[in-house]
Amino acid sequence: MTEPTITSSNETRELISFRVGEQEYCVDIMAVREIRGWSPATTLPQSPAYMRGVINLRGAVLPIMDLAARIGMPTTEPNVRSVFIVVQAGDRTVGLLVDAVSDILSITDDMCQPTPDIACENVRHFVRGIISIEGRMISEISLDRLLPEREALAA
Amino acid sequence: MDELEAIKVTFFQECEELLADLEGGLLAMQDGNDDGDTVNAVFRAVHSIKGGAGAFGLEPLVRFAHVFETLLDALRSNEIPGTPDLTALLLRASDVLADHVSAARGLGVVDMDVSAAMAAELKIATDPNAAPAAAAPVAEAPQYVDAAPIVIGADDGMDDDDLGFDFQPMTITLDAQAADAAVLDGDVWTVSIRPKSDLYRKANETALLLRELSRLGPIQATLDDSALPALEFIDPEAAYVTWSVRVETEQGEEAIREVFEFVDGDCDLEITRGEAPVADVLASLLDIAAPAPAPEAAPVAVEIPAEAPPVSAVGPAAEAAPLAAPMPVSAPAPAAPPVAANAPAPAAAKPAQIDVPGPGQSVIRVDPERIDRLIDLVGELVINQAMLAQRVGEYGIAPSSNLAMGLDELEQLTREIQDSVMAIRAQPVKSVFQRMPRLVREVANMTGKQARLVMDGENTEVDKTVIERLSDPITHMLRNAIDHGLESPEERKAAGKNPEGVVRLAALHRSGRIVIEVQDDGKGINRERVHSIAVKKGLISPDLTLTDEEIDNLIFLPGFSTADKISDVSGRGVGMDVVKRSVQALGGRISITSRPGLGSTFTLSLPLTLAVLDGMVVDVAGETLVIPLACIVESLRPKAEEIRPLGPVGSVLAVRDSFVPLIDVGLTLNYRDRSPPPTEGVVLLVEGEDGSRAALVADAIHGQRQVVIKSLEQNYQQVEGVAAATILGDGRVALILDVDAVINLRRRGPPPPSDPTLIAAE
Repeated sequence: MTEPTITSSNETRELISFRVGEQEYCVDIMAVREIRGWSPATTLPQSPAYMRGVINLRGAVLPIMDLAARIGMPTTEPNVRSVFIVVQAGDRTVGLLVDAVSDILSITDDMCQPTPDIACENVRHFVRGIISIEGRMISEISLDRLLPEREALAA
Repeated sequence: MDELEAIKVTFFQECEELLADLEGGLLAMQDGNDDGDTVNAVFRAVHSIKGGAGAFGLEPLVRFAHVFETLLDALRSNEIPGTPDLTALLLRASDVLADHVSAARGLGVVDMDVSAAMAAELKIATDPNAAPAAAAPVAEAPQYVDAAPIVIGADDGMDDDDLGFDFQPMTITLDAQAADAAVLDGDVWTVSIRPKSDLYRKANETALLLRELSRLGPIQATLDDSALPALEFIDPEAAYVTWSVRVETEQGEEAIREVFEFVDGDCDLEITRGEAPVADVLASLLDIAAPAPAPEAAPVAVEIPAEAPPVSAVGPAAEAAPLAAPMPVSAPAPAAPPVAANAPAPAAAKPAQIDVPGPGQSVIRVDPERIDRLIDLVGELVINQAMLAQRVGEYGIAPSSNLAMGLDELEQLTREIQDSVMAIRAQPVKSVFQRMPRLVREVANMTGKQARLVMDGENTEVDKTVIERLSDPITHMLRNAIDHGLESPEERKAAGKNPEGVVRLAALHRSGRIVIEVQDDGKGINRERVHSIAVKKGLISPDLTLTDEEIDNLIFLPGFSTADKISDVSGRGVGMDVVKRSVQALGGRISITSRPGLGSTFTLSLPLTLAVLDGMVVDVAGETLVIPLACIVESLRPKAEEIRPLGPVGSVLAVRDSFVPLIDVGLTLNYRDRSPPPTEGVVLLVEGEDGSRAALVADAIHGQRQVVIKSLEQNYQQVEGVAAATILGDGRVALILDVDAVINLRRRGPPPPSDPTLIAAE
């Protein structure tokens, strides 16, 4: 839970932006491992609706999360353009299902604004800040909050 | 300090091996095999532990090991006879030594009373005539001073092959004045160290040696750099300098030698009593004077046995000749060689006897993580190969085509690679077994039984993942066998048996699994009592008729305990059911056979690895699932008349007179909302860990397959009803079903709103 807090330094960071529904989001490029085309996932039983299941990523079992559903929007219907972004979140690797990858952005921290107060609980939880660039509004995702805490389920 | 810690870790690893050797040797002696080699090996093990411990300053360990070693030394030189009682004492002493090692490692504490009592026992055994309170036999050094102020290494003493430190040289006593000086000299040793380049190459460091020496007493070190060539001739990796160290210590020569234990052979070492004898100087001078650097020759010339300082050592020359000031080369050179000539044999033989580890095969130590990675990769290779084969099959390529044949070869190679890689990680069960003799001794002591452990098949190999989990069940079973199985010595005598019971622990491979057997020759299971206890505790109903085998297996029921009195060892009623559960969690099975009056046998069978699993691949609601084969009792296609509804939604399956709850896997895992009629699917009769049965309904069976187990938790978390995941031939992830969790899920069963009925069938 210790992401560097947003300071007003002029260090440049690179972000990958992508589309979820009609909105634009982004994550830090350093967290992205790879971007892959959609392939069907194996459904996980007893799991929240935003967990699309698991896929085989070169021998590792990779959970796929529907980002739209995770932040409270309707679930994504995967199509040929859908991709998942493999990101490192803490000690886990997870795939985020998004509609399309749009851009790589170079931003400085002073372009980043705190999340406005009006937003709903989910958005405040998962969005670190909002970036305004060329008239677009892009929300930066806070990766370490995406995955639920590991819980020891009673067998 | 980290480096030192790392060396310490290695030391403790070696200690473990040495303790195992020690115990192995003592057990061999117990079996009547007490030839000199075994005794020597046992002595070496204790000696090496002591030596290493000394280097790390582990005082209590060193002290105890020393007493132990002294006794073994006496045994080795036939000063005391080897008897079964003595071997038993040595075995107990080895347990205390192991405790000391663990304590030094920071794992647990040593009961100092026990240790002291054991040390006292060992001392008495070493010298029965000595009063128990006699000083520890460390007193070698003072003895030297009293008895032999000056020692002459007479030639005839030199061909003695016994190279202990207790030589019997001729002694002469000089006039009173000289003797006084000599007594003073008794505590003064001169140590001359001439490192060879190998010493540095092996990352040893003279400064550390000097520091160790300084722990023995005040030292005065003098560096002799006269052999140092001019800069342009210097070989940067060669060793040129010599130290001469004057040590004042009461701890004797042995203590000094121990400091050099780890550099033995890598430096020329002379230890002489008193101030630097002239022979040393001469020898070093000779060497220095030699025109060609001839390191091979050096040891011969320099290794003068410490026991044999020439008489001239006390002459005025020694005082007048501090090492740092080289004497002229014209000194009477011939004086040195004769003395040195006597030396090499004993000086070289001694280290061979004590320090060289047993004849080891060449072994590579590899970080286990690398092997794990390799095994992962091979797992992926297996999946990939299966995937290719499936694709080729889909294209309808003829099996006789080159491509298909090449694929077949690939498959064989892949399998061989997998087997070989698994073999790398396989370890003999010895590492677990060797902890058991001690356990048996302790449990037998605690329960007042007499027990002898016989082990078989220690070299049976099994994957590391399984080895780690074997220890607990075996411990439990052995405790149980001694505590509940064996009778007391009196009872055994009354029954016409040997008062000493035999517990047999064996490991073997059987049909791709490892089987562990624990057998005792005790009284066997008292079936009447077991039955009545099970009834009394409400575990079974009183009017149930059970076969002998079924009664025997009652002891695996949770909350069952037959011991009349609760002992320290077992008998809290958490014994065998815990064993059974932990074994089943590993995909294993446990069973018992018993013959009244003759004893019982527990048989434990486990998969050889936890990296792969034999499973049945099934289809459920469009998903592919793997059900562990170990859980499956049978599979069948149910007929309509065998399915009986029970309550509003539940139903049971009639299997040969018993009714088993039907569980639709798809429904339980929320893959679908309502189950299709079971008659359209396949039923897999499974047995849960607690022995309860259930009939799992799947849509279709694809067949039996070996799958590579992949963790779900690594990137996500545990999912109820799923044990792990695997990757199938088509590259997709399939989930491995956790049969027990599925049964439990269904029992709690929220899916159909009101459904408390399913428990009834058992």
